[in-house]
Amino acid sequence: MTIKIAQLSCGTEYSSVQYEIDKAARSVGAKVVYPDVSAADVEIAVERFGFRPRSNQLKLMIARAVQLADGNYAADAVFITTCFRCAEAALVRNEIRWFIQENTNLPVVTYSFTERLKASQLLTRMEALVTIVTRKELLARERQAGITAGLDSGSSTTKAVIMQDNKIIGKAWTPSHNVVESATHVLNEALAQAGLEYKDIEAMGTTGYGRFTLGDHFKDKVKLIQEELTVNSKGAVWLADRQRGEATIIDIGGMDNKAITVRDGIPDNFTMGGVCAGASGRFLEMTSRRLKIDVTQLGALADKGNWRNAKMNSYCSVFGIQDLVTTLGDGKSFEDVAAAACHSVAEQVYEQQLQEIDVRRPIIQVGGTSLISGLVTAVGEVLGEKPIVPADSQFIGAVGGALLSSGFL
Amino acid sequence: MKVFIDPPNSLILFDLVERFGHEPLSTMAALQERIDNIEVDMPPMNVTLDDVVSGLKYAGIEVPSGVRGRLAVWGPMIEEADAAIIVDDPPFSFGCVGCERSELMVKYLIKRRNIPALRLTYPNSEEEGKAFVGKIKEFLEGLQ
Repeated sequence: MTIKIAQLSCGTEYSSVQYEIDKAARSVGAKVVYPDVSAADVEIAVERFGFRPRSNQLKLMIARAVQLADGNYAADAVFITTCFRCAEAALVRNEIRWFIQENTNLPVVTYSFTERLKASQLLTRMEALVTIVTRKELLARERQAGITAGLDSGSSTTKAVIMQDNKIIGKAWTPSHNVVESATHVLNEALAQAGLEYKDIEAMGTTGYGRFTLGDHFKDKVKLIQEELTVNSKGAVWLADRQRGEATIIDIGGMDNKAITVRDGIPDNFTMGGVCAGASGRFLEMTSRRLKIDVTQLGALADKGNWRNAKMNSYCSVFGIQDLVTTLGDGKSFEDVAAAACHSVAEQVYEQQLQEIDVRRPIIQVGGTSLISGLVTAVGEVLGEKPIVPADSQFIGAVGGALLSSGFL
Repeated sequence: MKVFIDPPNSLILFDLVERFGHEPLSTMAALQERIDNIEVDMPPMNVTLDDVVSGLKYAGIEVPSGVRGRLAVWGPMIEEADAAIIVDDPPFSFGCVGCERSELMVKYLIKRRNIPALRLTYPNSEEEGKAFVGKIKEFLEGLQ
């Protein structure tokens, strides 16, 4: 079955990126389609939508969205994309996303592109759209069974988890270097902790940037190779014991951030950002280096400080570090600077990403950065509610992989 | 003479310019050129990364890629044009550039060239329609 992803866009054909979008969709077994509209439909749709952009291609986007909302065109998922830096398009893109979500049950992803867009940048998002459509039953899985392993090959760290009968019996992580070597190292460590051998593993799931390489390397065991958006959300709700009802999962990663809303453990919307390292865990690593402390100490240091005492804005990591240097030069305390760095990252995630989803309570914060207590405090302050940080929150991807792969036993 | 038409993909304007013995400079012609002679295969419009980069000649890096890509197609045609016909506020079906920012820039680039240019508002009645075609005919016949 080919999944039909309806593309609502402006500018792709004049930015030399349409080929890359089609390629990304094809690589995950999907096809990009365009809801049919007549010239007469456009005016009617714009009138009904209530937002009248000046650009005609944005009007066409609105007309296509109305066709989907009215059920006049069948699609499985929606991809909304416009040029990066276009204010008019950014307004329309966001409003169309809300409109689709209010009027359909289709999973939606939005993206603003530059002419340098490559298919690989879209792959995880497209794959997640397809997974949500095609693997609903698997994603509904709430209990792990048998002996399974999960490998999460992230941009900063590689994690492994061994699970047996719905319990974690072994876990390990290491900073990422060579994808296969890092994964083999953590897998062996987790197996030793579990008192098991490689041959005992009944199924394995891989996720993260190195998922395909690991899927190939451990092909005798791997039953599931899946993007981190859906896998992480499963791991998060399992770890937080929030498999029923609604929740928002926030994962501030080393290279990009994910914000995912779930209903009964199944993701129904997500955003994945990564325009600048200033809004990611990488900025906290840079801050720690400048403060000459380990990143694991940053959270506790931040908890003792007050971000209001130090001016910092990590909208761009380069300028963020400039702010950091200036602030330290002004004689501000390390505690205040650490708190300001955490607050800045939380603020960026809020401003750049959380506007794109309907934040639902409870908020579950996961990933390696959720161990930085100052960052969790900052996210709580920005959102008005302290997030839940489950035990082993840095292992979400590996747990999700182990949990979901047991569905193949 | 070479006459740039705006909207650049208007089949009606293209036809009128050709009927009165001039060469229309249009999106269709520019993209056809890419298919026939340069053998570019970048569907659907055959605008390549090199085009978008070359669009920097008309608009800076902070301008969205879609605007630069469009200007890379139409900018050289405006530079080459001996005259231009511009239709303001046409309906969707008459032809359009899709992006209002690009449209503003196209009109500005034509003005800056200081070439003979006919600027018309899209007609809303049969009477206006006849007058619209009449003015285009008169303009095209007057081009030497």
